[in-house]
Amino acid sequence: MELAAFGECLTNSSCLIFQTVGGLKIGMLLFLVASGLTLIFGVLGVINFAHGSFYMLGAYFAYTTLAVTDSFTLAVIAGALGAGVVGILFERGFISRVYQSNVLVQLLVCYAFILILDDLVILIWGEEFLSSLGAPEVFRVPPLFVAGAVVPPFHLFLIGASIAVALGLWLIMARTRFGKIVRAAAQNPQMVSALGINTTLIYAGVFALGSLLAGLGGALAASERSISSGMGFSIVIESFIVTVIGGMGSIAGAFVAAILIGLARSFGAIGFPLFTDGLMFMVMCLVLILRPQGLFGRAES
Amino acid sequence: MNRRQFVAGAAAVGTAITGFPAIANAQASGPIKLGIPTILSGRVAQLGISSTNAVQMVVDAFNANGGLDGRPVDLLIRDTKAKPDEAARVTRDFVNSDQVDVVFNCEASSASFAVQEVVREAGTLCLHNVSETSSLSADPAIRSPNSFRFARQGIHDAVGSARYAAGIAKEKGLKKWMSVSPDYAYGRDNTDLFFKLLNQFGGDDIEVVGNGWPKLFQPDYTEVITQILQRRPDAVYSALWGGDLVSFIDQANLYGMFGSIEFFTINLADYTTMSALRDLPEGLHSGTRYISSFPDIEANRSFDTAYVERFDDHPTNWSWECKVGIEFLLAAMTEAGTADGAQVADALRGMTRPSIIGVGPDNSVTMRGDDQTLINYAVGWGTTVAEEPFVTNIQAADWADIVEHETAWKQELGYI
Repeated sequence: MELAAFGECLTNSSCLIFQTVGGLKIGMLLFLVASGLTLIFGVLGVINFAHGSFYMLGAYFAYTTLAVTDSFTLAVIAGALGAGVVGILFERGFISRVYQSNVLVQLLVCYAFILILDDLVILIWGEEFLSSLGAPEVFRVPPLFVAGAVVPPFHLFLIGASIAVALGLWLIMARTRFGKIVRAAAQNPQMVSALGINTTLIYAGVFALGSLLAGLGGALAASERSISSGMGFSIVIESFIVTVIGGMGSIAGAFVAAILIGLARSFGAIGFPLFTDGLMFMVMCLVLILRPQGLFGRAES
Repeated sequence: MNRRQFVAGAAAVGTAITGFPAIANAQASGPIKLGIPTILSGRVAQLGISSTNAVQMVVDAFNANGGLDGRPVDLLIRDTKAKPDEAARVTRDFVNSDQVDVVFNCEASSASFAVQEVVREAGTLCLHNVSETSSLSADPAIRSPNSFRFARQGIHDAVGSARYAAGIAKEKGLKKWMSVSPDYAYGRDNTDLFFKLLNQFGGDDIEVVGNGWPKLFQPDYTEVITQILQRRPDAVYSALWGGDLVSFIDQANLYGMFGSIEFFTINLADYTTMSALRDLPEGLHSGTRYISSFPDIEANRSFDTAYVERFDDHPTNWSWECKVGIEFLLAAMTEAGTADGAQVADALRGMTRPSIIGVGPDNSVTMRGDDQTLINYAVGWGTTVAEEPFVTNIQAADWADIVEHETAWKQELGYI
């Protein structure tokens, strides 16, 4: 523990800004992935253990699109859409068949899918890790200095883009007909179905949206992370932690929890450099003890 | 037992007795089997691919020349997914089911310890060609009489690294140091040794102000980078490697970190790592893992050319380690005239051969007999440039200096 350095950081505006921006960047990328996971659980009641694979696919699709088009924007769009399309195929072909099954069966299907996709990307893109996409040309500039803190403009873009996605997601869920139907389907699918709404389509749509968010997270993260088969595994663990802290099924909860985790990692590196992973789990334990349903989750009646 | 049962039993025993020599003869005249546990999937698949590529090149040439008295070498290559328990299982299968003559270990450090325990128990001849953790062959409690290390050894690199870094530190006045290294046996071993020797060579001016220990294969290094920039060290030492090092440099580039801090990274100067970087920053200090210009000899350049022609990619540090390992093994078998583990081990102890990476007399490397570890391979440091040859101003380490400090280190730990 380096409590002196931690205390010093908390009283120093430069350090505060620096660590906060770093924490927000970590948290927002995590939110993109976790929001899809929590959305799928909230509506379909499925714990999509294969969610990290869509993150991985998003990164690979973006890599190939960038190589072909040399456009970062197209690469990110292709990463997100590609993962969304595979999500629909997975939902229709496999996971929809085990909606009513035991959770262990669902986990097995997801685990099989993880292994298959990991091997598929090796067959298509090779066993070697691939280089990151790199920041778009416009962001390849010297970092900004804000009150003495170093702030990469690309990180501000990543944070801004993730917040925009969060707002868009909130608008879709709160203000659109699709959002209302999705929320209704989450509460009472039989009633929604009885009203003549195609719940199969809604489920596929929600799964596609969740996968698309994971793919978007993967494509954006690939701008500064190397890409490899199996890269979805670590992110899915962190996403589960975010989902549990925020409350299973709550997108607002995932948003707050992702920021919490990001800041815990960022400030933890200053005060508890050997315990940053442990901090993440401690936050989760604390929340589970004090509020078992998560920060924004609803207690079971 | 009646007479009929007795006759049947006797016939079975007779068949077995006369059959065993036939089986034994078949084994002695059949292919020589090498079991290779290695990593062929995930973020470090390059380790297994580039290792086995180099082995395949040497074995193909050996088999084309008639093998060992007509016996070809067969390679059994299996993926362990970088998991120690899987490496132990695969090695046990090699020994028990496949009955390999040699375990040619191309595993990373954590799994190599698992492989070591299996071969120690089985008594199978084993060559460690990738793990750089010093204790694997230096610690008498871990060392095995039937195991030989052809990989770099952490303590050797640490002496070379610390000598180079101490010189630059003195020249540029680098006093405050930090590290960022992977949190497992190799990363900690390498970094601890580096700072221990840097303090010894650099004098009292050197102060370590913090250490970052990201997990192996951690995707995001932001927290470590901000920790480094917050503490404002003069220099940072890193034992990150492969995709992890690429991610770290890409992410640190966004912060402009390398403009303000001298960065010493032992594992950058490998073609596959450097080519994976979008922007290779100039002026980074790197150990020479594998580049065809160091040592600058024809054999080294030819190997690089032949490897590129066959695999459309450059060799790695793991490639030269495995190439040297397999060349020594086949030379020892030829010298002993057999694939018998004990006799081949005898031939290996103290063997000296010319090598693409050798800096001993006539570009040779030596399998030191007392701890069964390779010495006199190229250890050097230089600074990066964006184009070929990627590393310039290379300073070669002095092996007399390396051995002197290695001996002192072993005495301090009670290894000798």
